[in-house]
Amino acid sequence: MRSSVNEALAANGQHEAWTPLLELAAREVFELMLGCQLVPSTTPEEASLDVTSMVGLAGKLCGVLSLRCDGKSAALMASKMLGVEAEKVGPEISDALGEVCNMIAGNFKNKISGLSEGCMLSVPTVITGTDYSLHSQADSPGLEVRLLFEGMPIAISLQIRR
Amino acid sequence: MNGIHALIVDDSSVMRKIVERSLRQAGIELTQVLEAGNGAEALCVLKENRVELILCDINMPVMDGLEFIKQLSSVENAKGVPVVMITTEGSEAHVVQALSCGARGYIRKPFTPDQVKEHVVPILGGKS
Repeated sequence: MRSSVNEALAANGQHEAWTPLLELAAREVFELMLGCQLVPSTTPEEASLDVTSMVGLAGKLCGVLSLRCDGKSAALMASKMLGVEAEKVGPEISDALGEVCNMIAGNFKNKISGLSEGCMLSVPTVITGTDYSLHSQADSPGLEVRLLFEGMPIAISLQIRR
Repeated sequence: MNGIHALIVDDSSVMRKIVERSLRQAGIELTQVLEAGNGAEALCVLKENRVELILCDINMPVMDGLEFIKQLSSVENAKGVPVVMITTEGSEAHVVQALSCGARGYIRKPFTPDQVKEHVVPILGGKS
């Protein structure tokens, strides 16, 4: 499944067609690197997603890709990546969540024709807590995919600046 | 058969562990695994140690993976050591650039142990 950055830009920033690619990119990362399947979240989750990892995109596509989850999910992701029990992971949690977000962003852009060559990724940033406000220069409706990771909600978003 | 000495270069300690585990899962016997967080650290490690394989990320602070490969020939211990890039950057341009800088292989993240085996085992020439 591939799309073209030029097609989306020609459609006046109608990026909704990229939502399945964003979901596929996330599913592949979790399957290959964490050994687990993400499943669709059928009900709106009210859980507090208080750990946020973000990767910036610059070039042909400018924006921010973020992955949000709760602390338990973040610890479980790190545990699966490191191959240790969740109770034994510590400072690696932020590193792991940043890498997951980075791989989703990279995998996503590699699925869009013309984007892998002309879009750079920033190093990941991880924020813990909910008492913050985020202002981005995004000027078009964002994409969001909500999925369940081992039964726990996660949200993957892409904010785009045309 | 003796295992190999490997150097894994990535700014993520979690990813360094994953790469090491993937090498072992790919059936590559490792006697020693050295780690570095960027290209400059890796060059320092190589001045003091000999390895038979280097796995290296591209996007890293201080010194990225491509610059690291370019400077590798200046380290006596590292001459002729095969380098395999492991990175999220998947464009043909990046692959060509890495190979032209001297990389012997290129693995895109996310990856499986089978992909690691496919790219690494042939360049070890039976050492593993």
